[in-house]
Amino acid sequence: MRRIRTYHEVADPGSEDIVAQVVAQSERLARRLADVGMVVVVASGKGGVGKSAVAANLAAGLASGGRAVGAVDADLNGPSLARMLGARGPLEVGPEGVEPACGAAGVRVMSMDLLLAAEDAPLAWREPDEGAFAWRGVLETGALRELVADTRWGTLDVLVVDAPPGSDKVARLIELLPRIDVLIVVTTPSDAARHVVAKSVRLARERGVDPIALVANMTAWRCPHCGQTEAPFAADGARALAEATGLPTWAEVPLDPRMGAATDAGRPYVLEAPDSAAGRALRGLADEVARRT
Amino acid sequence: MKFLCVDCDEVMAFAERQLPGDGTMAAVFKCPGCGREMGLLTNPAETRLVSGLGIRVGGRSVPEQPMELLRSSLATGDEQALVDMPSEARAGLTPGSVRWSADARARLEQVPGFVRGMVKRIYGEWAVERGIDEITPAVMDRARSDLGLEGM
Repeated sequence: MRRIRTYHEVADPGSEDIVAQVVAQSERLARRLADVGMVVVVASGKGGVGKSAVAANLAAGLASGGRAVGAVDADLNGPSLARMLGARGPLEVGPEGVEPACGAAGVRVMSMDLLLAAEDAPLAWREPDEGAFAWRGVLETGALRELVADTRWGTLDVLVVDAPPGSDKVARLIELLPRIDVLIVVTTPSDAARHVVAKSVRLARERGVDPIALVANMTAWRCPHCGQTEAPFAADGARALAEATGLPTWAEVPLDPRMGAATDAGRPYVLEAPDSAAGRALRGLADEVARRT
Repeated sequence: MKFLCVDCDEVMAFAERQLPGDGTMAAVFKCPGCGREMGLLTNPAETRLVSGLGIRVGGRSVPEQPMELLRSSLATGDEQALVDMPSEARAGLTPGSVRWSADARARLEQVPGFVRGMVKRIYGEWAVERGIDEITPAVMDRARSDLGLEGM
């Protein structure tokens, strides 16, 4: 049988056009982030733990403290960050990229939500009839790369990245971003949340992300009528996660219905009620991050 | 991916790319030794997989545009979400001087508004570089294949 040379015998990686294009994409992303002092990813792995609300309040808290802050919504299918920060389009496109929207406290915001046709418009691609399972993930990773790399962030002290739920999405961000300077993992006292969030923590550690810190959200509920404080969850999964992983908890944010209402209205609670218990916790989180800039 | 001419033991070189507009792609590779040509044909899903990576088989003839992949792929985009700066504001480019035939204008109107401004500018720049003063559907076909702009 004749022997045909293998790919590795004929390919010169440096001269591969496809490889060169992929390298150019990575360089473009790195160039865009060169003027960003710190990349902070807010993730969880678990949905519904208030991750985007924490990300929005962190961004607004940092900006209100005088930092130049950008916020990118990496949740393409369930984007909410622009709404929570009160940011709206349209966005101007120039040769150097797309100008981000201006949100609360001057946070520069980019989100798929700013590009979709209507409030209830789902993310849908112009697609061939078959094989979508094969290319949709690839396309969404490419779209996320563009949201970060093709936005004219300018010089930022901090870029806050709001990660989508799912530990696989955390892995995707780790692979996509040239660097993650701080990973904030949001959880709740729920033991189910602890169970899921622990997977993201382990995955990030195995990929060498450092430092990692926890935010325990919805830790307590204070009755606005009688003032009594109660634990909304029977378990204390957030504390158990901190003990099991040895990670620091940078904020314990109590459950506050007013925070939900303010965030829904595009007014970050850290600005709306900075002296409330939740507001103080969120300011403390912003201070923890700001100390590292 | 490489194509090896087994007879010559030479790696075939990219020669030509064609995007007929139905989602498929044809790329021609040629052996530098014997001159034999072969065509790589992809179905729409395969074409989409490649374009989803943001890469062009055979290389790029224009640099990647801001949010190019997103704008050319998003089906539910707001037509007013992105506003292209006037081409006059872009140093050294005068695609605005190129005429568009009625047929070409009609075809451009079929392009989603979300990406239409970018497509018009890219085609205009492509025409200017080649001294073409009027864009017709045939010119658009050539530009699409040359630029690798599947879906535009």
